[in-house]
Amino acid sequence: MKGLKITLTVLVCSAVLSYFIAIFAGLCRLSRFWIVRTITTVYVEIFRGTSLIVQLFWFYYAIPMLFGFDIGSNLIAGVLAISLNYGAYMSEIVRGSIIAVDDGQREASTALNLSSFDRMRLIIFPQAFRMMLPEFSNYLIQMLKATSLVSLIGMMDILYFADRYLNSNPSATFTTFSLVLIFYFIMALPLIYMSKKAEKFSKKGVAK
Amino acid sequence: MNWKWDLFFDSFPIIVKGLKVTISLTIICYIVSLLLGFVWVFFQRQPIKPLKWLMGWVMEFIRSTPPLVQLFFLYYAWPTIPYIGVTLEPFTCAIIGLGLHMSTYIGEVYRSGIESIDKGQWEAATALNFTTGQKWKKIILPQAIPPIIPMLGNYFIILFKEVPLASTVGVLGILALANNYGAAHFRYLEAITVVALLFLILSYPSSLIINWIEKKVNRRFDKDLALKDS
Repeated sequence: MKGLKITLTVLVCSAVLSYFIAIFAGLCRLSRFWIVRTITTVYVEIFRGTSLIVQLFWFYYAIPMLFGFDIGSNLIAGVLAISLNYGAYMSEIVRGSIIAVDDGQREASTALNLSSFDRMRLIIFPQAFRMMLPEFSNYLIQMLKATSLVSLIGMMDILYFADRYLNSNPSATFTTFSLVLIFYFIMALPLIYMSKKAEKFSKKGVAK
Repeated sequence: MNWKWDLFFDSFPIIVKGLKVTISLTIICYIVSLLLGFVWVFFQRQPIKPLKWLMGWVMEFIRSTPPLVQLFFLYYAWPTIPYIGVTLEPFTCAIIGLGLHMSTYIGEVYRSGIESIDKGQWEAATALNFTTGQKWKKIILPQAIPPIIPMLGNYFIILFKEVPLASTVGVLGILALANNYGAAHFRYLEAITVVALLFLILSYPSSLIINWIEKKVNRRFDKDLALKDS
């Protein structure tokens, strides 16, 4: 089960990248300039509107053909597809939680003469961030499940090795696939625990 | 840029044929998961603790493992189990696999709907001497169902986007047809783009419809509140 390493690599890379994309796109959707808003809205709707597996194939097959350059490896294609997809989903959460921060906070920070950048950085964002946490960790579990798709574009993750093992011992299908399922479950357990923790954390100490 | 329009138009009618399979699979899966969702809720509300606990873990297991692996498991491993193993058609396999996976999410939605109902409603229904059946039918469900309708709609779209996974076990949906086309012509670009376009065309309007329903449902609740206040 050497595939574990690849699965975890894809998970970690796409998680980090997609959080950045999510926060960036979420902020862009709230931008003052309509052009920035429109571009990000189009991006979010396109990636939310098509299915991840199609995007994966598109990144793997279509991009090199369309623009004539090689995307590097299937690792990059996989990570890019997953993180752009989940980044789009999570940007909605970022946007939602920033809007959900009380208007009074915004007014108070304006009254304290903070610049609009400081206002976001010091006042709004820290409050919005704790609202995002539970959803973010939910999406982390989703992403773990999504990483299983990269075997379809030829990456050597758990599923790929399971398939290869089956080619040499075809009678062991039941054991192998059960093992793969259990592997994924074991990887998901800490994430489930984390999401419960995050939920508690975000509820703690908030006056409602 | 080497984009060929003739291939695009050539592959379009071939791929659209798969749309019927994709959509019917989505709808059947959705119905299956709506029904199975009830089963999960039923088990979650069991007074027998070990059963509830066990089912909770089973549900968590199905939720947190990838649907792709589950499909492979059903398709390749299930027939090898003695006694209960039967070989499944690709289509049936996809219905069971995706339906089961989605049903655990739908079950959670049902649960949240039921739990959102005020405890006072239960107590009032008991005080009015309703039977259990009446309680559910007349008091709880009419209040629990409207708020979860938008969430159910969202899951329909999510399911629609999971359905291309079924192409990996041999269901000839739009993605599988596009792959075949790409393999036959040594060009994936146009065929895959057609698939992406079709998904966008179908799922974006449905998400707009769901937004509209959500607004409508919310407005109804607001109206109820307004009436209560006046």
